[in-house]
Amino acid sequence: MINYIPCELKTLYKQDILEVAIVGDWVLDADPPSLEPLLAEMTTSGIKRLVFSTKSLGRWDSLLMIDLISLIDQGAKQAIHVDTTTLPEGIQGLLSLVYAVPERVGARRQNTKIPWLETIGNGALHFVKETHDLIVFIGETALSVAALTRGKARFRWIDLWMNIQNCGPSALPIITLISLLVGLILAFVGSVQLALFGAQIYIANLVGLGMTREMGGLMAAIIMSGRTGAAYAAQLGTMQVNSEIDALKTMGFQPMEFLVLPRMIALILVMPLLCLYADVMGIAGGAMVTVGFFDVSLVEYLHRTVESVHLMDLMIGIFKCAVFGILIALSGCMRGIQCGRSASAVGEAATSAVVTGIVFIVMADSLMTLICNRLGI
Amino acid sequence: MTAPCLTIKNMTMAYGHFIIQQDLDFTINRGDIFIIMGGSGCGKSTLLMHLIGLQHPYKGDVLYGEESLWQADDPTRKRILKQTGVLFQSGALLSSMTLAENIALPIAEYTKLGSQRIRQIVSYKLALVGLAGFEDYYPSEISGGMQKRAGLARAMALDPEILFFDEPSAGLDPISAKLLDDLILGLRDNLGATVVMVTHELASIFAIGTNSVFLDAETKTMIAGGAPKKLLTESLDPKVIRFLTRGDANHPENNTHHQDRYNS
Ligand SMILES: Nc1ncnc2c1ncn2[C@@H]1O[C@H](COP(=O)(O)OP(=O)(O)O)[C@@H](O)[C@H]1O
Ligand SMILES: [Mg+2]
Repeated sequence: MINYIPCELKTLYKQDILEVAIVGDWVLDADPPSLEPLLAEMTTSGIKRLVFSTKSLGRWDSLLMIDLISLIDQGAKQAIHVDTTTLPEGIQGLLSLVYAVPERVGARRQNTKIPWLETIGNGALHFVKETHDLIVFIGETALSVAALTRGKARFRWIDLWMNIQNCGPSALPIITLISLLVGLILAFVGSVQLALFGAQIYIANLVGLGMTREMGGLMAAIIMSGRTGAAYAAQLGTMQVNSEIDALKTMGFQPMEFLVLPRMIALILVMPLLCLYADVMGIAGGAMVTVGFFDVSLVEYLHRTVESVHLMDLMIGIFKCAVFGILIALSGCMRGIQCGRSASAVGEAATSAVVTGIVFIVMADSLMTLICNRLGI
Repeated sequence: MTAPCLTIKNMTMAYGHFIIQQDLDFTINRGDIFIIMGGSGCGKSTLLMHLIGLQHPYKGDVLYGEESLWQADDPTRKRILKQTGVLFQSGALLSSMTLAENIALPIAEYTKLGSQRIRQIVSYKLALVGLAGFEDYYPSEISGGMQKRAGLARAMALDPEILFFDEPSAGLDPISAKLLDDLILGLRDNLGATVVMVTHELASIFAIGTNSVFLDAETKTMIAGGAPKKLLTESLDPKVIRFLTRGDANHPENNTHHQDRYNS
């Protein structure tokens, strides 16, 4: 490492002139003396001029510059003439650059402290705005769906196919794993109780009904929310950051039609199929446990499943899952379109897409289960 | 003033096995404003990536003074690169941080200064590039030209000895571009820094360039070098002349070429 000469300031009064000798190496790695005493002296000692002596100045960089700027600014406040003509040429050049562009009036931002009442008020206003945005977004989506049915919506069909590919077949491995395990867990949990009565065969009913009516769709939806909802938000958010969405608008495309519709349609088409697949995988998981650990044959298990699960159960599950698909696409695309214009905003959009998506899914699921219960189906 | 600062030794650059430029051999001297020029896509940005340690050469080496950049171990390379500041083509300010936080980031990382002094340095750097008072703005809240200047302020945060610029004036109006040129010139003169600049702004090239290298995409190597003004008067290569005169038909060197085209 290079050895630096310690930096210091030496002051010398000559009547009403203060001479400041700058000594040593003023570089960022150095340990500079505090400027406070000198700044204080400038206010109290009643000097008229401040001159510099740089005979013992070694190397210098920004560290010296900021102290010089502090001295010049303090001099301006106290009506002390700070003479910079004895400074090295480079420093004088930099100082002229610094003072070349005056600070733009009104540019600087004050950070004011916000009282707690205002924080609560802002929170409430924010909530109102969020709700408003959500309703507007749903309205715009509805309009673009209407345009679609009239055959006027413009998007690229290839986008739709790509989205179906991305949220369908590509999601199968993770859906397989999770549904199989959920079926397995349902079977295990149920078996503990049912085995008490020697009624292991009813594990098939439990798993079959549980998967088709509830768990298959719910699991598929939660996986897709984390997988696809977040991806939608990140894609659209990044497009927002890069002004791609603005570019689409100027070319006369509606972002709602061009970007949101293909994503939403893809999810609505794919989710019921994924739900069906998850159901089958869950039942397979249940079968593994029942056949493997309890004295039930595979044929018996399948027979019970077919007897207990009616077409209606299957349809309810699939219908729910289609609704979840809409909600996932809605929250993902909404957060993406609303995204701010920075990298962290994209992250926030992805996070809040998943959170919003899961909240929507669980609320919708409770509501639909309640309705089914009341209707007796 | 003419000590070699950066030496590019027999370097070949490639993406995978796809050669972009080969047999590059030139020296950048201390205090130079060195221009890397050539048509779009000829590998100027790629060359810059090699100089600032972001991309490994396919063959050859880069010397900082006497030290090899690519033979060195990681700590040495980090120390060498601490002496450099880079302004990327798009500014590359971190969008989730204010300008002040962007500039303070390297200062807080590499020096032991207190927060008060760091704040002063940040304000000083912003004032240098004409952005006094914009400390608390996010990059998305200022114009493209201002982003470039803020990027310059960040590149200068640690008072580097070598400044790299990738197309600093691209996308700026002529007046802002001129101001940026003056700023770069002023900084070079006052800080004693060396400037390496990718640009195809002819005005900048002639106004501030003291040395240059011309990369050609077809032959995949450098086909000219030297002070840009001298290149214009002395070069015999029609490609170089066409570039430096914007293919101007009135330039004597270009007439033959243009006539060929009109006749065919
Ligand atoms: N990441 C990459 N992978 C493969 N090829 C690249 C990559 N980046 C650039 N290239 C190619 O390298 C060449 C030079 O690119 P670049 O250095 O960006 O050109 P420019 O001179 O315009 O700055 C171009 O032909 C480009 O296609
Ligand atoms: Mg480039």
